[in-house]
Amino acid sequence: MKPAVLTGEHYMTGDEAIAEGALAAGCLFFGAYPITPATEIAERMSQRLFGVGGTFIQMEDEIAAMAAVVGASCAGVKSMTATSGPGFSLMMENLGLAIVMETPCVVANVQRAGPSTGLPTQGAQADMMQARWGSHGHYEIIALAPESAQEAFYETIRAFNLAEKYRTPVLIMTDELVGHMSERVVIPKKSAITLEDRPRPKGRKDRYLPFEPGPNGVPPMAAAGEGCAVHMTGLTHDAKGYPVMTVECQEQMVTRLVNKILDNRHDIFSFKEYRLEDADVAVVSYGISARTARAAVDEARQEGIKAGMLKLDTVWPFCEEKIFELAQRVKAFVTVEINLGQIHLEVMRAARGKAPCVLVGHAGGALISPEQVKAALRSI
Amino acid sequence: MTTKSNAQAIGEKQAQHPLDDLLRTDRIPHIWCPGCGIGTAFAATLTAIKDSGLDLGHTAMVSGIGCSGRGAGYAKLDSYHTTHGRAIPFATGLKLANPKLNVVVFSGDGDLFAIGGNHFIHAARRNMDLTVICVNNLNYGMTGGQVAATTPHLAKTTTTPVGNPESPFNLPLLAYASGATFIARWTIMHGRDMVESLTEALLHRGFSFVEILSPCPINYGRRNKEKPLETLKLYEEKSIIKNNANPLEITLDAEKGIVLGNFYKESRPSCIESYDRTCRPDFLEQSS
Ligand SMILES: Cc1ncc(C[n+]2csc(CCOP(=O)(O)OP(=O)(O)O)c2C)c(N)n1
Ligand code: SF4
Repeated sequence: MKPAVLTGEHYMTGDEAIAEGALAAGCLFFGAYPITPATEIAERMSQRLFGVGGTFIQMEDEIAAMAAVVGASCAGVKSMTATSGPGFSLMMENLGLAIVMETPCVVANVQRAGPSTGLPTQGAQADMMQARWGSHGHYEIIALAPESAQEAFYETIRAFNLAEKYRTPVLIMTDELVGHMSERVVIPKKSAITLEDRPRPKGRKDRYLPFEPGPNGVPPMAAAGEGCAVHMTGLTHDAKGYPVMTVECQEQMVTRLVNKILDNRHDIFSFKEYRLEDADVAVVSYGISARTARAAVDEARQEGIKAGMLKLDTVWPFCEEKIFELAQRVKAFVTVEINLGQIHLEVMRAARGKAPCVLVGHAGGALISPEQVKAALRSI
Repeated sequence: MTTKSNAQAIGEKQAQHPLDDLLRTDRIPHIWCPGCGIGTAFAATLTAIKDSGLDLGHTAMVSGIGCSGRGAGYAKLDSYHTTHGRAIPFATGLKLANPKLNVVVFSGDGDLFAIGGNHFIHAARRNMDLTVICVNNLNYGMTGGQVAATTPHLAKTTTTPVGNPESPFNLPLLAYASGATFIARWTIMHGRDMVESLTEALLHRGFSFVEILSPCPINYGRRNKEKPLETLKLYEEKSIIKNNANPLEITLDAEKGIVLGNFYKESRPSCIESYDRTCRPDFLEQSS
């Protein structure tokens, strides 16, 4: 039987790397529903999970898959699902449940072009705003966007770690292009991988309050069967987990959930600065488009254009301060993403008028070419 | 067993209800209307949990949304009040992640059979190790009495003002066709039978389903000229107890009769047993 951590050099797709990252992170439950281009994650998990003592189940739809993932996490097990556009839409209600019940879990969205059934086998990055606020109500979410199979492996581990640390769902917003591309993936030794576990209750079980925040705003979590008689509800609730239908309790609960993410944003953020030190133009990108953007930056530099890139590993929460800081020293921003302007609008918002913002994007179904980015860079 | 625990409880403290140790007493008063049957079905469920001798520390209750769905909120167990229709898949994840848990789903007919109908049939098909208890009050109580997948033909609800043009599901028949391995129907008027049936359902390995007919005087009764007591009288006068009845003959009809009973019990590998045998390497190694 293969171990959870497949230490060594491999050639695998981004989808398979997400599955391997999950196994390396200690994922023991996968609730599945097949959909192109995410199916390979489920298939790999169905082959691997039982061998490491976990459980894989293909549910009857994505609503059920997401509900089962939240349930499994409430039993104390690291759990995940993977989907694409139409399935992501179906998962939204129970994603909200996981946010309000503060249930750690990971959802990978291997984005394809939408709306609706769209271009099922062709990539896009147009679910970024749905990731932000696709479930109803006001909340903060964590979303990561790997650009390669290697990053998909590491970012999936980071997704589980953040989910556990902050008792929250974490989204892996990858895309068909990363998901279906085969590349070299190096998996380190198990001992070189640091894992986080959700904070656990200490002290008397009868005094445990499932929603009493700890020092970083995150309450310790007892699993079902631990003897704490936990109550959890999607209704607005107090520290006991009991429903309280007041404006005050709503204010308290929602602001704590939001601040749990925002106050810890510097721990959640990850971004890479590439040739930005002396840059006149900052290209902002994430996921597969970051590879286009990097190539364009290098080629533009050869033409004498001082371009640099801010590559977002963490897309949500959004690194507003970083953008604003750059806005004071660059002449313009160019956001590269496969949609018609989603993170671009965030960059505009965060730049607060200090630098003009340009979008290089299209409606989805294919890569953006470095030529398109260079054309934008030349025109600035 | 019930009498013993009742006596013990009364002996200990006069003011204590025999189910206090299973109730979140700090959440009482509950939200249910006077004359509503959910409380009776819920008390029967807690009594059955007690009588079954299940380890309470390893027993969890999951509800969806609705008046009946408030059940989980009052049970002093690990209890989860989830989203509308999704109690069964949530419970499926909970159980698969920790098979030592006894997982009980307590919810309404709208929750389990309209919005959640697909999950019900699939959990039954899998013979998923769950006990599903459905309080059937023939309508959507919580939202003010709209038509449900269980509302009788021609009955009046707020969204069928001239009568229901559609026909209802027969829940135990649906459970049977879907693969449930313990199936029963009782009413809140059949206290002892109901508790015994629920106890058997809780101890059953695999997917067990108990439908409990229960009045909603505020929304259903009022619009269908049934005073609270009349619904109970109907349960008493029209019910025919037929254990092991042919699932095709278990009518729920004011004229043909309300057939009640423990209809069906089958022993076949539960979902978890099947997964263990089929997918777990230690089992595969043993058998090869
Ligand atoms: C997704 C979603 N749709 C609709 C609702 C509104 N809603 C709340 S309870 C309910 C019906 C409950 O009916 P039933 O399950 O029969 O329970 P009862 O209240 O009759 O006990 C509905 C439609 C909701 N909460 N969520
Ligand atoms: S509305 Fe009906 S089902 Fe809901 S609590 Fe009142 S009587 Fe019971």
